[in-house]
Amino acid sequence: MNSPATYLHWGFILISIPNLLVIGGMVVLFGIALVAPFPHGDKDDDGHN
Amino acid sequence: METKTTMDTTKPGPSSWTLRVRQLLERRLPMDHLLPDRQPYYVGSWVYVFGVITIAAVGWVVLSGVVLAFMGPQWWHDSRLGRFFNSMHFWSVQLFFIFMVLHLWGQYFMAGWRHGRASTWLIGVVIFGISILTAFTGYLSQQNFDAQYIAINAKDAMNAAGAGAFFNVLNFGQMYGLHVMLLPIGVILLVALHIVMVRMRGVVKPIDAEGAARS
Repeated sequence: MNSPATYLHWGFILISIPNLLVIGGMVVLFGIALVAPFPHGDKDDDGHN
Repeated sequence: METKTTMDTTKPGPSSWTLRVRQLLERRLPMDHLLPDRQPYYVGSWVYVFGVITIAAVGWVVLSGVVLAFMGPQWWHDSRLGRFFNSMHFWSVQLFFIFMVLHLWGQYFMAGWRHGRASTWLIGVVIFGISILTAFTGYLSQQNFDAQYIAINAKDAMNAAGAGAFFNVLNFGQMYGLHVMLLPIGVILLVALHIVMVRMRGVVKPIDAEGAARS
């Protein structure tokens, strides 16, 4: 925790591994939110849950 | 002799500004929109939950921040309970930013600014900007070596941007005042306005549903 983070460097892109992991985790979470089934109540006549 | 008093009637005249404001609020903010018990059928995805988690996170940020402001830096560094509240403040901020950005991605891909919702989107952008400033002044208010390191490095960026004259990151009183008072008030008021605007217009229809309705 008290040492500097390791950085990845490709061309003009410079990012620390902890930041990359957080962004990767957010992308995965967003993907799961899109495909995971959402618990639904029954739809009523005017199209509401 | 006839006497006239202003207390004759309880009915307000048409010139009453309180009546006009009340009628405007009743027209623009009906309670069944503000506190709905049902949602349209398309509000059935976890993507819609990101905004609510962001609100929950900001609630924890404010609550833990109030305790930290009341007890002071000695407490949040030296006592176990203080370090717990300090950590809770820090990690709720991490959750706030993570879910605010996920909410932003969700609204971007569903084009959440459609059908008169541009101002709601723009207020969200402003909240994002003020939140970054609030987090930055928070890092400067920690009262530890991290805060000093960030302040010393940030001052050159502030001066280069021309903001150094009125935003002095080496002035702890100014940074702490901004962090615990001015900027949080801005965030809280704008988040409240953002939520009211979402409730006034409801959740935007998915793009697919619109296409299907047109064809």
